[in-house]
Amino acid sequence: MSVTTPSGLGNRLSVMVRSIDPAVATAFACILLLLLLGSLYSANFLSPAYLLQQLKVAAFLGIIATGMMLVILLGQIDLSVPWIVTTGAMMACAASSFGTAGAILGVPFGILCGAALGLVNGIGVAYLRIPSMIITLATNAVAQGLMVVYSGGFSPKDSASLPMRWLATGFAVPGVPNAVIVWGIVGLATMFLLARTTFGRSIYGIGNRERAAYLSGIDTRRVVMIAFAISGALSAFGGVLLAGYASKAAQSMGDAYLLPSIAAVVLGGTSILGGRGSYLGTVAGAILITLLQSILSVVQMPEFGRQIIYGVVIIGMLMLYGRERLFR
Amino acid sequence: MRDWRFWLTEQRGTLIAVGIFVAMFIIYVSNHPAGLTVNVVQTAANKGVLLAFVAMAQTLVVITAGIDLSVGMIFILTNCLASWIVLGSPLQTGLGVVAVLLAGALCGAINGAIVIFGRLQPIVTTIATGAIYFGVALALRPFPGGGVNEDLADLLTGKLFGTVPASLVVLALVVLIVWVPFSRSVTGRAAYAAGSSEAAAYMSAVPIRRAKFAAYTLSGLLAAIGGLFLTFFTQTGEAGLGSGNTYTLFSIAAVVLGGVSLFGGTGSAIGAIFGAFAFRTIGDLLFVFDFDPLWQPLFQGVVLMLAVSLGSLGLFRVRNRLEWFQ
Repeated sequence: MSVTTPSGLGNRLSVMVRSIDPAVATAFACILLLLLLGSLYSANFLSPAYLLQQLKVAAFLGIIATGMMLVILLGQIDLSVPWIVTTGAMMACAASSFGTAGAILGVPFGILCGAALGLVNGIGVAYLRIPSMIITLATNAVAQGLMVVYSGGFSPKDSASLPMRWLATGFAVPGVPNAVIVWGIVGLATMFLLARTTFGRSIYGIGNRERAAYLSGIDTRRVVMIAFAISGALSAFGGVLLAGYASKAAQSMGDAYLLPSIAAVVLGGTSILGGRGSYLGTVAGAILITLLQSILSVVQMPEFGRQIIYGVVIIGMLMLYGRERLFR
Repeated sequence: MRDWRFWLTEQRGTLIAVGIFVAMFIIYVSNHPAGLTVNVVQTAANKGVLLAFVAMAQTLVVITAGIDLSVGMIFILTNCLASWIVLGSPLQTGLGVVAVLLAGALCGAINGAIVIFGRLQPIVTTIATGAIYFGVALALRPFPGGGVNEDLADLLTGKLFGTVPASLVVLALVVLIVWVPFSRSVTGRAAYAAGSSEAAAYMSAVPIRRAKFAAYTLSGLLAAIGGLFLTFFTQTGEAGLGSGNTYTLFSIAAVVLGGVSLFGGTGSAIGAIFGAFAFRTIGDLLFVFDFDPLWQPLFQGVVLMLAVSLGSLGLFRVRNRLEWFQ
């Protein structure tokens, strides 16, 4: 509700500055700082090719984190990301082995499988009132079980179809990887959803206080269920793109995405308790984490050092702006 | 008469967990080709005890309405540390055990300090510290290896008097030495109060900070005992990311099966122990029924899903729809 009075550019600028979320600003400042530190090591860090490559890798995390953000805004959490990512990837690859029709329908089929698993989460959380941490854990176990039975415990032999590879690695616009464009479309749709639709505003309302939202006439259970289904669909979509990127699905491909997706959302200033946060922050968080991982691997930091720095950076950044108010 | 009813209400979660475990174990044993022999019990106990320690560690934090997603990593870190220092003469071994336990307690204390004084949410804090602990574990053991004092390992994983599994005895001792005094002390009650309603506890001058700090520190200590036992069983140290995450997730499942509310303030570590045993037994049920082991993860997942859905039967008793929302 920012009211701009027509008293000149200065005033409008100060309104704009005030409306910037300090958390999002800090996250973007940290991205610049990381790039600066990286450029001291090697000038390649500022080259457009490297930056676009990083954006492409960040797109996979960004799409998965988008779904996670919807759920975190509700004050819930989705721990079923690892195996929904894998399910989406494996099912899309499996469909691809059925000729041309399978190749074309593979992408929507993978997403649909993720949405179905997300729907199970949603029904459990919204209608059965099971804490999200438990039901998503159970769904993760079921998805793992289904995939282990399907694949026989090995990575399946089906490889990714051409449409999947094109989505992840192709160039529809010269110079801009398709994955970045896909992320852009998903991001714009999410921003529209969160800011301009009753569904999006209901998500914020439920995250603040579900009782109040319910008494205001929102069908809170339906909103929660749909949000979880979207989260599942986006996780699976991330998996489909990852499979296209690596040109096949693998058993534990999703494991590396659960904690980073939560971290990306939280580093972007979204409250883990729900109700507060902006999508721009999640974009910043996803880029920040990808960049951090990339720089640490470029300077040939051993794996243990990467893990330690990763943890210290998350805690350090949250200390800057993620603290709760003093309990007095 | 009244007292008896209160006790029953308070312990309902624990008793249900005991019931689930006993039912599962009877099905397991009655279909086991060897039947109820000492060896069957010992194998089952040794498998269950690891998860039981980690689940106890998780319980202490969950009671304060927190969650510890680094518990599996502390477990792995102490395993790697133990594979270096729990060796040599009895004195060296003893000092090594003490050092491992202190390291676990320190990890827990760091979690607690960040959550209490840094005022960060437990869930994100422990995700980050979990990465740090895993990094330290990886630095200690880039490749699986190391060893452990074999006399001590044989003693603690074998049988006492030829019948009782020693690991169960240690578990009982830990309950008596750590859990019972804690849950009956002022600090322990304060941990329950802080989990039940932090604002009310604060207004009543309950020592919330001390209680939470004690809960997190003891949680690290218990995870370290689990890590020690892992070293005794496997006789090596291994920094496995997957196994750490699995133990974290299983510990949450065990805690829920054990009747501990994730919203804090209710439940007991004893319930969590039986929850852990029940969860392990469910996982092993398939083997006695001679199914393809490929089906085990699916079976475990479906049983877990059914078990957590049972709790929503309580929704039928809700008279006011606002009670849906916690």
